[in-house]
Amino acid sequence: MSGTVGAPVSRIEGLSKVTGEARYAADFPLAGLAHGWIVQSTIARGRVESVDAGAALQMPGVLAVVTATNAMRLQDVDDGELLVLQDQQVHYRGQTVALVVGDTLEQARAAADGLPVEYQAEPHDVLLSASHPRLFAPDHVNPNLPTDTLTGDVEAGLAGAAVTVDHTYSTPAEHNNPMEPHATTAFWDGDRLTVYDSNQGATRVHQALVRLFGLEDSAVRVVSEHVGGGFGSKGGARSQAVLAAMAARMLGRPIRVVLSRKQLFSLVGYRTPTIQRVRLGSDRGGRLVALDHQVVEQTSTVYEFAEQTAVFSRVMYATPNLSTSHRLVALDVPTPRWMRAPGEAPGSFAVESAMDELAEACGVDPIELRIRNEPVTEPEGGRPFSSRNLIACLREGASRFRWAERDPRPGTRRDGQWLMGTGVAASTYPARSAPSTASVSAQEDGSFIVRLTAADIGTGARTALTQVAADELQVPMDKVEVRIGDSDFGPAMIAGGSMGMASWGWVVVKACRQLIADIDRCGGVPDDGLVARADTADDIAAQADLVRHSFGAQFAEVRVDVDTGEIRVPRLLGVFAAGRIVNAKTARSQLIGGMTMGLSMALFEESLMDAEFGDYLNHDFAGYHIAANADVQRIDATWIDEEDDQLNPLGVKGIGEIGIVGTAAAIANAVYHATGQRQRHLPIRPDRVLSP
Amino acid sequence: MKEFGYERPAHPTDALAMIAGVAGARFLGGGTNLVDLMKLGVETPAVLIDVTALPYDFVTDDADGGLRVGSGTRNSDLAAHLAVRRRYPALAQAVLAGASGQLRNMATVGGNLLQRTRCPYFQDVTKPCNKRVPDSGCPARDGEHHNLAILGGSDLCIATNPSDMAVALAAFDAVVFVEEPAGPRAVPIADFYRLPADEPQRETTLEPGALITAVALPALPWAANSRYRKARERASYSFAIGSVAVALDVADGMVRDVRIALGAVAPIPWRAYRAEQSLRGQPATEVAFREAADAELEWAQPLRDNRYKVPLVRNLMVRTLIELVQAS
Ligand SMILES: Cc1cc2nc3c(=O)[nH]c(=O)nc-3n(C[C@H](O)[C@H](O)[C@H](O)COP(=O)(O)OP(=O)(O)OC[C@H]3O[C@@H](n4cnc5c(N)ncnc54)[C@H](O)[C@@H]3O)c2cc1C
Ligand code: SF4
Repeated sequence: MSGTVGAPVSRIEGLSKVTGEARYAADFPLAGLAHGWIVQSTIARGRVESVDAGAALQMPGVLAVVTATNAMRLQDVDDGELLVLQDQQVHYRGQTVALVVGDTLEQARAAADGLPVEYQAEPHDVLLSASHPRLFAPDHVNPNLPTDTLTGDVEAGLAGAAVTVDHTYSTPAEHNNPMEPHATTAFWDGDRLTVYDSNQGATRVHQALVRLFGLEDSAVRVVSEHVGGGFGSKGGARSQAVLAAMAARMLGRPIRVVLSRKQLFSLVGYRTPTIQRVRLGSDRGGRLVALDHQVVEQTSTVYEFAEQTAVFSRVMYATPNLSTSHRLVALDVPTPRWMRAPGEAPGSFAVESAMDELAEACGVDPIELRIRNEPVTEPEGGRPFSSRNLIACLREGASRFRWAERDPRPGTRRDGQWLMGTGVAASTYPARSAPSTASVSAQEDGSFIVRLTAADIGTGARTALTQVAADELQVPMDKVEVRIGDSDFGPAMIAGGSMGMASWGWVVVKACRQLIADIDRCGGVPDDGLVARADTADDIAAQADLVRHSFGAQFAEVRVDVDTGEIRVPRLLGVFAAGRIVNAKTARSQLIGGMTMGLSMALFEESLMDAEFGDYLNHDFAGYHIAANADVQRIDATWIDEEDDQLNPLGVKGIGEIGIVGTAAAIANAVYHATGQRQRHLPIRPDRVLSP
Repeated sequence: MKEFGYERPAHPTDALAMIAGVAGARFLGGGTNLVDLMKLGVETPAVLIDVTALPYDFVTDDADGGLRVGSGTRNSDLAAHLAVRRRYPALAQAVLAGASGQLRNMATVGGNLLQRTRCPYFQDVTKPCNKRVPDSGCPARDGEHHNLAILGGSDLCIATNPSDMAVALAAFDAVVFVEEPAGPRAVPIADFYRLPADEPQRETTLEPGALITAVALPALPWAANSRYRKARERASYSFAIGSVAVALDVADGMVRDVRIALGAVAPIPWRAYRAEQSLRGQPATEVAFREAADAELEWAQPLRDNRYKVPLVRNLMVRTLIELVQAS
């Protein structure tokens, strides 16, 4: 066994990326390529009365103005965001109302900028509030979880509790903002459609295009070899893929549609704002007797997305009385979608802040409080955990962070103008797998090619899968080529839900084992090679009914400038229990990347909804602040060895998201420890520190 | 983005002739603000006249002991210049506190002086804005204004001037040299920017087509004891939410002279004359500093979401003054 799994292997495609050789969706040169530019609505609700394309069509290089009047008709799908230009309704500001196509990007854009669009506007409703009259209970929350849960009697539990905490926490809308904007290059060869598309899983984009254009599976190919990030916003097809394919069909030319940074703020999803009331009741020692987590959040009128914000509470702490609920309001806003750790990221901010408040109310150390509330089985539902090592993470982190030396009193440490504090919070994220297919072929020269529709969105998935295959095939990594990002390879899970390695790794292991068996049976690799295919659908369906989650503990040290309210984070530490780690280098990057995004969520990221106009106002990188290098000082992520044979053959739990879960609470708790002021709304901007 | 012409004259007379000769012509410095605004459709020049080939990339000593900085000097060169760092440290610090390394390498002194507000409505042509389209309205007043003005605004506009550099220049009583159609003019920085009043679209007192050629920093020996402090929403690469440039001349525990300018609180770099006035001849104590800051901020007219700027800049003024006492 060559044993590369676990090693800190550098990215295989690193060189081709830094030299520019790697091709992204908008990089493919095609003869006759034309460019589409999206025109967006300037009202938040109403109808498009008319689009006057006359002048635009006279402009140099302009080939077409596609609007609801002349657009190709699409087949119905369950996602209204994909049914672009099918009717005149405007559901939110920034919605696509036309696509201008030109020989060059500049020509298309110049015509799009001046395109006269007349609207009949209606009053819009864009502000989320906990008392909104149109709040409703969705049928389920993402991905397919119960909206509300109840065990025991929470009111009675709270009424009888010696100590209670009852506060409302809120998080703002946040935009994913991957480095590479969404982009598609599409062309038709007769009735066969090929798209080069930037996404987190070509399978889903393939399915969407097949349905929208009423085609056979074999008539659509989606290629996504390299992808510059997604953070959830590329989890499914986005409208630029539909527009490019549609315009290519209408014009009989290859078409490219690339979104601008600004367009990413309305067309591809974002994290819903949340308003979360958390009520905790405990005995004097902090042992919970009741936990209630009520969430209010938004969706659009085009597509119902219900973030699973309260599910965090369903797995974290033992309590006889537990209730969780989600209420939604459909506003005249762009559709919120997945953003790294949907549910757990905002949910953990509320609950882990509340736990800190409870720790203080009881006079119990926050780590000890969590240990006292460690459940034996899943608090909601009672199923056993496949493995659960939260306490080990807390203890390991406490020792590395020197938690024992901490003086719990808030607002007492000062260095010049800086108030200093430390905080802790717990993390969790589900460890799931989804059915996938793959093939492995043995070549005559002793090398192997693995094919599967995985996506490497910058995570290192291609490299990790190469390690997995090399180990299974017992050859060095350079004997294995892993080809990904091509829907022709057959259906596979997306890079999402932290399920990539668990799903793809599983099917790759299965295919490799099959191949080895076939080679043994044939007594070697025949002259024309040998191919093995695998599908994990049955294996996954046969899994035992267990709760599978990774856990972690996050520690933060902060300094708060008493004069300006500016916050610095000199130290962040995350300790995780996430099953087997396939690549120590890329895993560490994922974890510290998640924590950095959590720091950014704690202190900076906030999309500001403009009540009057109904759009997210700060739609650029000067206005939407993401942590800069200077904001990230000492940051470290580590993991404890965790073996769990109830997951998948690799024993991996997934690491893409847990890094962002709990970070914001750890920082907010540290800010409280520094200042004595509790911050229950994110981000913790200087103005909110100065005038709470 | 509209199509536009591009010229890069080597001689000032050509540049001036070009700007006078073509309707809709605009000077282009590093382009870090103008080009962004063109992409947004806020600016739609017919021709760009690139001024970076003009002989304005210099920093030299003036006969009176001051410094003269050419308008084409890149922000990074200005901040790195030894004479600036030694004699006007607040200026070097202010420039370094702005934007990013890449932007400072491109940005010029002239362009920095004339950069436009970051008010989000100003930057979005699908929305009203009195500054961009006179009489169209000011949605910021009831909308998003957490980083807009608490001083010097008008009913028509409460935009803030975003420049860090200009705050330090205001503190040092810089003089801006311009070539206008009517001839050359030396404009003290105090007369360079206009408050919005009834015409928020007019931000400076320059004539259309004015070419900035240089900025003079008058001699001020005690400017060596100066400091720029900027508060912002992340540790680097973001505009100020409040800033101060302070120079202090203190002897025997008494304030002999002082310069204070504030950033991100007003439509112009805000010289805190009232605070200065209240400090001259007073003991250099924290109490006096607080009183001075209050004397200035008494006039603040904060709105719903920018009240925090009052304590913010008060604290910045007081702290920076204390630090300068300790340093002198
Ligand atoms: C993301 C980002 C962050 C930033 N952060 C900061 C910050 O934190 N602090 C800060 O202070 N600034 C910041 N800036 C702004 C930056 O400082 C300015 O964009 C820059 O200083 C402008 O200089 P320029 O030479 O590029 O000007 P240009 O964009 O070329 O021109 C700006 C204006 O000046 C005019 N002009 C230029 N030269 C002359 C001349 N010689 N005579 C007459 N008119 C002239 C132009 O016609 C135009 O109207 C930031 C900018 C960006 C894009
Ligand atoms: S504050 Fe000034 S720049 Fe901003 S919207 Fe109002 S008028 Fe326009």
